[in-house]
Amino acid sequence: MNHWIIVPVVLPALAATVLVLLGDRLAWQRAIGLAATVALLAVAIGLALRANAGDCWTYALGDWPAPFGIVLVLDRLAALMLLLTAIVALGSLLHALNGCDARGRYFHALFQFQLMGLDGAFLTGDLFNLFVFFEVLLIASYGLLVHGGGAERFRAGAHYVVVNLTGSALFLVAVSLLYAMTGTLNMADMALKVAGAGAADAALIRAGALLLLVVFGVKAALVPLYFWLPATYSAAAAPVAALFAIMTKVGVYAILRVSTLIFGADAGIGSAVAQPWLLPAGLVTLALGTLGALAGRTLRRLIAYLTIASVGTILAGVGLFREAAVGAALYYMAHSTLAVALLFLVADLIARGRGAAADRLERAAAVPQPALLGSLYFVSAVALAGVPPLSGYLGKLLLLQAAQGEAAAVWVWSTVLACALLTLVALSRAGSALFWHVAPMEGSPQRGRATIADALPAAALLGCLLGLAAGAQPAARYARATAEQLLHPAGYVRAVLGGAAGLSAETAGRR
Amino acid sequence: MELLVASGIGVLVASGVYLLLRSRTFPVVLGLTLLSYAVNLFIFAMGRLAPGKPPILAPGVTGYADPLPQALVLTAIVIGFGMTAFVAVLAVRARDALGSDHVDGVPDAAPERPEAR
Repeated sequence: MNHWIIVPVVLPALAATVLVLLGDRLAWQRAIGLAATVALLAVAIGLALRANAGDCWTYALGDWPAPFGIVLVLDRLAALMLLLTAIVALGSLLHALNGCDARGRYFHALFQFQLMGLDGAFLTGDLFNLFVFFEVLLIASYGLLVHGGGAERFRAGAHYVVVNLTGSALFLVAVSLLYAMTGTLNMADMALKVAGAGAADAALIRAGALLLLVVFGVKAALVPLYFWLPATYSAAAAPVAALFAIMTKVGVYAILRVSTLIFGADAGIGSAVAQPWLLPAGLVTLALGTLGALAGRTLRRLIAYLTIASVGTILAGVGLFREAAVGAALYYMAHSTLAVALLFLVADLIARGRGAAADRLERAAAVPQPALLGSLYFVSAVALAGVPPLSGYLGKLLLLQAAQGEAAAVWVWSTVLACALLTLVALSRAGSALFWHVAPMEGSPQRGRATIADALPAAALLGCLLGLAAGAQPAARYARATAEQLLHPAGYVRAVLGGAAGLSAETAGRR
Repeated sequence: MELLVASGIGVLVASGVYLLLRSRTFPVVLGLTLLSYAVNLFIFAMGRLAPGKPPILAPGVTGYADPLPQALVLTAIVIGFGMTAFVAVLAVRARDALGSDHVDGVPDAAPERPEAR
């Protein structure tokens, strides 16, 4: 058995435990947190190279055979998400070292717990275990969100926690309903049971599937469940907001996993339950997110709305449910996660340079380094808006190509293109307000000059984005192969159940 | 039995949702608690209601209760308990920071009428 698969869960868990025990020795905390995150990135790269071979690797926890014990499964999608998480985490953590992490005692421990929850959620092959890892990442995110304190964070934090606890209650209802109908929690096994279920069970199984869609829609900030996001993301400290860029993608991941594996094309009565909802919901999310960005009064709120818009784009691609479209959506997901994280970091640099005006889009003193911050903002805005030649443009182009010939092509093309234009308008408006709408200097002493070192984490994320554009062909090929693997889940099921498939048919007979 | 359990869950959910929609944080926390009780009962019932049957293998017994939902309920109770503790602390801190226990942090403009609570 290959033990590397569990390392992305165990490593942050151990690091977090040590960090809690360390107390408030900041230098040690930084060293351990950073070492663990760098190691996580190395492991994630190794696992991604391994997953690229095209097989699903499984790891049975405690060596219990598949339908009875919990399995971790590494396929291309899981490896892609692990890699994205590690990259965004390293960028955010490096940015946090500029002093933001000193504002609370347990920042580094919570950060590692968050990584553990994220990695576990991406790896697990068990529906209830997915719930548990969701709770791990959520409770860490509750702590991270209020990191630094302040009225705005507590207000946003209370809303965020209550919304997510309600979502968790629904998640439990959905999971136990599906357990009652199929007698299993293992996702691969559940896929077989759903495919073999009779028409009498159809209504309850489909209800369970749609409840899951609602739960994951809350996490992914899908229309109409996104209202918690703008306040939360704009209230969070910059490195936390950047890390949260991957949090909405957990919802996207779960929707993708469940709707291809359990309720995929050959799921019989359970097939394509969520599919008719995804495309329209994705397009409406995209439109509303873009309109919200146009109306944003602070840069961070604007970026938060663009996060929603990017989720809409991805889910529209997933909703088309064809290999090319899902591949394009995955490529766009990698791009948008990095771009949103990057913009949150850049917004923080700008806000610190503007003193009391922070990131409000209004007339204020000029930033101390307009050339450095301006060009960082310009390139990241170009990337996020999807203007050639960067990866946002390539992702959208792939999506538009994939939509060709579909009945919904008109809607996809018009919404995606119109929203790209409006995003560009919103980002240019914000940029000109921040950099050009300058009041004469009025000696505000608390303005911080960003050093080159402060801008390095953002520059590193920008480098990853440029790499994603320069290496577009291999990246898009990987995304396409991931989509192909997702839409043909038989390999996943075989890898998880293996010789136990006959055994699980026997347990099905018992019910 | 089925009717009793089902209506019990229904009443708990209804009360929980009602409290969840209140404007003060304390009823909201209570609402979340009721909701998690309802969900725990629901998970338990999803293993089928089998009174008086053992969940683990025993000699000379033919009918069994499903042990898995009982384990799931245990996990859900632990997580729900931790979350309730956290949300209670968060509500207290938010009240300190915002000067009000309104969920939107709106300061109390006028002294509250006693019947509003």
